[in-house]
Amino acid sequence: MPAQPLTELSLSVRSDTHVQARGPLSEAVLRALTGGRDAEGLSALASNAVERAVNVTHDDDLQLALFVLYASSYGSLETLDPTQEWNPDLIEARRTIERAFEQELRERVPLPDLPEPTVDDVARALFALTAEDGGPSLSRYLAKRATGQQALEFLVQRSIYTLREADPHSWAIPRLTGRPKAALVEIQSDEYGGGRPDRVHAEVFAKTMRGAGLDATYGAYVNAVPAVTLASQNMMSMLGLNRRLLGAIVGHLAAFEMTSSIPNRMYGDGFRRLGYGDDVTDYFDEHVEADAVHEQIAGRDLAGSLAEDRPGLLPDIMFGAAACLTVDGWVAEHLLSSFERGVSSLREGYPL
Amino acid sequence: MSDEAPSITPYPDGPLLLRGNVELLTSDGERIERRRRTVALCRCGLSAIKPFCDGTHKAAGFRTED
Repeated sequence: MPAQPLTELSLSVRSDTHVQARGPLSEAVLRALTGGRDAEGLSALASNAVERAVNVTHDDDLQLALFVLYASSYGSLETLDPTQEWNPDLIEARRTIERAFEQELRERVPLPDLPEPTVDDVARALFALTAEDGGPSLSRYLAKRATGQQALEFLVQRSIYTLREADPHSWAIPRLTGRPKAALVEIQSDEYGGGRPDRVHAEVFAKTMRGAGLDATYGAYVNAVPAVTLASQNMMSMLGLNRRLLGAIVGHLAAFEMTSSIPNRMYGDGFRRLGYGDDVTDYFDEHVEADAVHEQIAGRDLAGSLAEDRPGLLPDIMFGAAACLTVDGWVAEHLLSSFERGVSSLREGYPL
Repeated sequence: MSDEAPSITPYPDGPLLLRGNVELLTSDGERIERRRRTVALCRCGLSAIKPFCDGTHKAAGFRTED
């Protein structure tokens, strides 16, 4: 796909709630979930797509198919038929893609040494791991250099997760007990506004998008984002929806929270530099304060006490944290390298 | 705020987490709005949003002995 040059004249992104297929598998999944086609034979299509793929994380057809299959569980895209949620052919296709995706992540994500399974050691190891994350600094770029169009693209890329913020990790709640459960609920309760609908983080982000002139409908920009952006979201859904990966979704949340408060201050600074007001920057400013709380709870009370209660989950706690840093690093690298070359980070035809 | 009994928990190398029904005041006695049930209070002195923590202690290498 040739990257599209950005001009300062283009200051918008095409929104489109009709999800477009990116190959035979995503086309079949979309048809099966919107009632147009029987799902039989999907598993073979999924196997073919997996065999064909050079790189699962960057494969548009696989990542979009997986994204739509998960959207069926979240109920995040209105057009998907709820009666097909547990269709065994669709579940089988999902499992086929997940196996390949997980295998690729296990091969490519560098694992840190394992700490002792104690609250203190695990929290310290997670903070150390996230502190040495040498990934590209997208936040610094946003703060100092991003153009108006690049800032909009950043919001569009983020919207895939953030308009459903916190949901992937909530799948873990019923699978936990005791201390780690109370910790996860303490974090998620804050994510969901602590009883105030206008403070639900996904809603605060919707306000940011509207303030920047973007469409805040969930899925309006799915067509605009590349496979790697969908992969970041899909990884969270995969870790959250599969009970055997409980340790990994917990580790993922810890790393996510630990790499959030300082970057969010810089994102807020970037949008202020570009002239946006509180309606747009509120989301970022909120996360400076919120995630400085969440990272402490996630490191000790959630991940640390889970490792203490169930030491067998420790390797996956560290894997989930490392996977968060690695995959989100790939996304940041894609945005930064596009911006530095003066081209769009979105798929062709989406910057307007 | 809730009726939950107040507690303050130190987190190693990090902030103090405050839970429960406590009023936060400025040195002039003015009430500081608490926007969440559990708040993190700056312990390193470097936060830009004091009295709350903004994570700066990590970059500064702040260490505690707990």
